[in-house]
Amino acid sequence: MSTDTPRQLTLRILRSSPGEGIAPHWQDFHVEEAEGMTLFIALNEIRDTLDPSLQFDFVCRAGICGSCGMLIDGRPGLACRSLTRDFGPLITLAPLPVFALIGDLSVDTGSWMRGTAERLETWIHSRAEADLMAVEAPMAPELAEAIYELDRCIECGCCVAGCGTLRMREDFVGAVGLNKIARFRLDPRDERSDEDYYELIGDDNGVFGCMSLLGCHDVCPKGLPLQTQIAFLRRRMVAVGLK
Amino acid sequence: MRILYTDVLVIGGGLAGLRAAVGARRRGHDVIILSLVPAKRSHSAAAQGGMQASLGNTAKGEGDNEDVHFEDTVRGSDWGCDQAVARLFVHAAPQAVRELAAWGVPWNRVRAGEREVVMDGRRVTLSERPEAHGLIAARDFGGTKKWRTCYVSDGTGHAMLYAVSDKAVAEGIPVHERMEAIALIHEGGRCHGAVVRNLVTGELVAYVAKATCIATGGFGRIYRVTSNAVINEGIGAAIALETGAACLGNMEAVQFHPTTIFPAGILVTEGCRGDGGLLKDAAGHRFMPDYEPEKKELASRDVVSRRMEEHIRAGHGVKSRFGEHLWLDITLLGAAHIDGRLREVKEICHHFLGIDPARDFIPVRPAQHYSMGGIRTDARGEAHGLAGLFACGEAACWDLHGFNRLGGNSVAETVVAGMIVGENIADFVESPAGELQVSTALVREFLAAEQAKLDTLLQGNGSESATDIRRRMQDIMTDKVGIFRRGDLLTEAVDELQALLQCSRRIGVATRRPGSNPELVAAYRVQKMLKLALCVAYGALQRTESRGAHYREDHPRRDDANWLKRTLAGWSDPFQTLPSLAYEALDVRHMELPPGWRGYGARDAIEHPATAPRAAEIAAIREAFGHADRAIVQQALMPYEHLVPLCFRGHNARLGDAW
Ligand SMILES: Cc1cc2nc3c(=O)[nH]c(=O)nc-3n(C[C@H](O)[C@H](O)[C@H](O)COP(=O)(O)OP(=O)(O)OC[C@H]3O[C@@H](n4cnc5c(N)ncnc54)[C@H](O)[C@@H]3O)c2cc1C
Ligand code: SF4
Ligand code: SF4
Ligand code: FES
Repeated sequence: MSTDTPRQLTLRILRSSPGEGIAPHWQDFHVEEAEGMTLFIALNEIRDTLDPSLQFDFVCRAGICGSCGMLIDGRPGLACRSLTRDFGPLITLAPLPVFALIGDLSVDTGSWMRGTAERLETWIHSRAEADLMAVEAPMAPELAEAIYELDRCIECGCCVAGCGTLRMREDFVGAVGLNKIARFRLDPRDERSDEDYYELIGDDNGVFGCMSLLGCHDVCPKGLPLQTQIAFLRRRMVAVGLK
Repeated sequence: MRILYTDVLVIGGGLAGLRAAVGARRRGHDVIILSLVPAKRSHSAAAQGGMQASLGNTAKGEGDNEDVHFEDTVRGSDWGCDQAVARLFVHAAPQAVRELAAWGVPWNRVRAGEREVVMDGRRVTLSERPEAHGLIAARDFGGTKKWRTCYVSDGTGHAMLYAVSDKAVAEGIPVHERMEAIALIHEGGRCHGAVVRNLVTGELVAYVAKATCIATGGFGRIYRVTSNAVINEGIGAAIALETGAACLGNMEAVQFHPTTIFPAGILVTEGCRGDGGLLKDAAGHRFMPDYEPEKKELASRDVVSRRMEEHIRAGHGVKSRFGEHLWLDITLLGAAHIDGRLREVKEICHHFLGIDPARDFIPVRPAQHYSMGGIRTDARGEAHGLAGLFACGEAACWDLHGFNRLGGNSVAETVVAGMIVGENIADFVESPAGELQVSTALVREFLAAEQAKLDTLLQGNGSESATDIRRRMQDIMTDKVGIFRRGDLLTEAVDELQALLQCSRRIGVATRRPGSNPELVAAYRVQKMLKLALCVAYGALQRTESRGAHYREDHPRRDDANWLKRTLAGWSDPFQTLPSLAYEALDVRHMELPPGWRGYGARDAIEHPATAPRAAEIAAIREAFGHADRAIVQQALMPYEHLVPLCFRGHNARLGDAW
């Protein structure tokens, strides 16, 4: 970026306010680009100087919390860590599809993810109460690292927004849900068996609904190995189904 | 007007709130959690580096125990903390880590045998014991004698928050998201719940509860440059202050973290230095050993941040178009280490700076990071002045951290406090004092009062802009109430903030819509945030000494003779423009560790007259007990066990224990 003549950016934002019955429509905002400008900075500048009513969600502004998923030039991504310099002078922003719309760029990912957690029971199922005074049970270091690899999902919903199946089948668990099953399946502290997991995802709303088009894998901001995990889970679940 | 009833209302869905809620729920009480955002997006998720607990599994942690953790914490606090609370905390921290392990946190584990690490700029080989293989590992952090910080790569807070949040789902605890508590309902020194605003519809709802617990995190956003999330605005602390009954402790104790990326203020973890990273200046010189020969880069945060700013003032900063900064060099750790243990750092460097930290230095400068101050409670977590109100986590000041918190002690505090305060809340609810006795008339009165305030903003004829006021407040705080403080600048800050507070009563809101309305939200929040800013600035002005993170250039010595006390800020009249300050003495005669030198930083404290006699007394007790078990000696020095809920009493087992 040349430093003497900053670019003039146009942010074309899909605005709406369902509460007031205001239907989606595009609105352009103009901001001057600054060095290191992210969409977090640009959107706040718009709200501070041009339109105080603009709705969007940021929390950590550091790519960690998963709040700011939106369609950036049509592609799901985290707005806070998207640098404007990586885009053209016209950037379109729209709310993530699939999730309930709150207004403008803000959607309700929270209820969706809570629903997923309840449905897939994304917690350790263990009959034994841990003795907190005793030395903890050991775990192989490699295994702990492998679990963390899958635990890194930030529930941003980008994979959900990028998924073809979810547009047609609203009860599909999505890559985020399948990844969670893969995570707990890998964790020996969770006593559930493959049969138990089959109950949760052994149908068309689960792993068999996935068309493997990998819209999810390419957009996951945490680079989770969704492709291999989904393929692996499918094989395991097929095995259970054949039993 | 809607009224909801529950046994326990927890305001805040971060680590502290969630853990407290699980505790109360498991005792059979109905619990509702409120949160501005989905619980898993709370700022606890951003904690990278780790959680302190004295497990002592690693070679560099061998010999660690509660005593060592206690001493590190008290020294870190610059003797500002409540030592009984520190004891309670170090006792429960190992249990908290182990509980989290059972709940699924994939803690990094010890690998037996030799491994190479970087220490003090050199590669060193450490040998881990075979019997420790697979137990929870720990890394080095600033201000600690042992490697004690348990971690999950550099996504520790994320892994913890997800585990505890999913546990809360498993317990069936509802989280009401996008709901903001904007006032507490109270009468005659008893809290009855909160008035809550739905951030989507704008509706006000009263949540009436036998016990209310505030766990709303820190208030870093009163500063312009901060590592905190944008939702860390301190509204929970502010509504406690606004009751006029509860008070805030040590608000001037604000921590600045040495390494936030410049200029965005996004944190890169202390684990970078713990794992061997170095601080360098414009000339590429490693300067920390010049200032702190003992602990170097790993002195406590207040000390390192000050040294960095001092070094920049001395002309050694790196100049850039946004101002000056220094370098954090982690290239010496190698790409493999960074990919495994510092991957968030790598992502942040990549996305926000366009650099690869395995090859390039990271531009850093200190920024506001942590609020040691907060709602003043006793060691049970119950607020001073308001029965039925509890607080825990960063929002509270039960006073574990005094004037400086150690890295890794905060996420540890959130879960430990959640465990302990959760039990105490349940006890309260089960006691006669926990009976719900509140008239709907009172509830309606509170709802109406809050609605009237919002209506004034929406329909009044105010013309001031909330955004402008907010920006001015943040500038004042960063420029005049920062790392280096001075009487004249603090006086200016207090005057300007008072003027802003007056202005804030005349804010006008252009967006009139009743529902989701970010402009209205900014307006009512800045009115509250200004009160917090005033507590910080005015407390700092009055405190004419330097202690921990509070550094007065015009009063550079720690003054135990006059200032071994906690500031309490109250706000009883809504029209006052300055907090009322009171002080609570810390009693040297009961301390287990009387004031002394921290082991880093300045050595010129002004002694308290009771220090020498207490030190002599302690020496005599130690002498008398000879080689008795350390727990018995500790008990004789400063009993704390009565503060530990029954279910958490006992001995924390460690590898190689004689037990
Ligand atoms: C970048 C960063 C890195 C850190 N790294 C570490 C580390 O490595 N180790 C360590 O020990 N500590 C670390 N800390 C500190 C530590 O993460 C925090 O102190 C701790 O997580 C705070 O937890 P909490 O539960 O008190 O609050 P939070 O996690 O901040 O949660 C606050 C909750 O309250 C809710 N809330 C707030 N106001 C309201 C309201 N008015 N009404 C309703 N709900 C409300 C929010 O929605 C949220 O759910 C770090 C901090 C930062 C900023
Ligand atoms: S691979 Fe499966 S989960 Fe991923 S986007 Fe395609 S259908 Fe959805
Ligand atoms: S799997 Fe990736 S894209 Fe999907 S919610 Fe998790 S982090 Fe986001
Ligand atoms: S705001 Fe947290 S990921 Fe973007």
